[in-house]
Amino acid sequence: MLLSVDDDQLDNVFKALGDPIRRRILGRLAKRPGQSLFEICVSSVAEDGRTLSRQTISQHLDMLERAGLVQTHWSGRTKLHTLDNAPLRKAAVAWLNKHLRKGNTT
Amino acid sequence: MKIYVMSVFVDDQAKALNFYTGKLGFTVKNDIPLGDHRWLTVVSREEPDGTELLLEPSEHPAVGPYKSSLVNDGIPAASFKVDDLEKEFERLRDLGVKFTLEPMDAGTVRMAVLDDTCGNLIQLVEMVKGR
Repeated sequence: MLLSVDDDQLDNVFKALGDPIRRRILGRLAKRPGQSLFEICVSSVAEDGRTLSRQTISQHLDMLERAGLVQTHWSGRTKLHTLDNAPLRKAAVAWLNKHLRKGNTT
Repeated sequence: MKIYVMSVFVDDQAKALNFYTGKLGFTVKNDIPLGDHRWLTVVSREEPDGTELLLEPSEHPAVGPYKSSLVNDGIPAASFKVDDLEKEFERLRDLGVKFTLEPMDAGTVRMAVLDDTCGNLIQLVEMVKGR
């Protein structure tokens, strides 16, 4: 399987993953797809015990969206966020797997 | 000093009255004609002398963008406390109320969010003991 991924796309994906808050957001979206900004903020506080401003969360979501890891859709007039694994799979094929294959199993 | 009245901006006062009394179960405290609109407040049955909620017309030009930005991000305009969230959720859902967020844990509370049909999201909260 050949998936064309350019360096910019890979950069965006790995940058997006390079932050614990964003990884936790992805984890929660995987568990429960279709969350509003409000819901994401509430679960960040409830589950991580960290109080982050809506603006901060919103900026993290923008970055995840740019990397294609989060897709948005509208439910009525509310914007909902859902995890999209496709960029992860592409990054795995284009980069991670190659190096895993080359290396040994240790 | 006491908080005696707080407001939500509603698209239509008559429709709001219907929703806040008929569905949520509040009672009318004041209904005074005021030009084109009404000074329309409701209170909780459990606290008839408690804080009034003013169902305020959405007429001011700033209100539209304010309300729609909140709804876009799923942010409630007001929050009401209930004793049993699951029971209220089921009761309201059976009355045809639309929830944008079904009951979920949120630290020391359980919460849900519903659509008031007048341009607002409303949060219901149950305090959870022992958390």
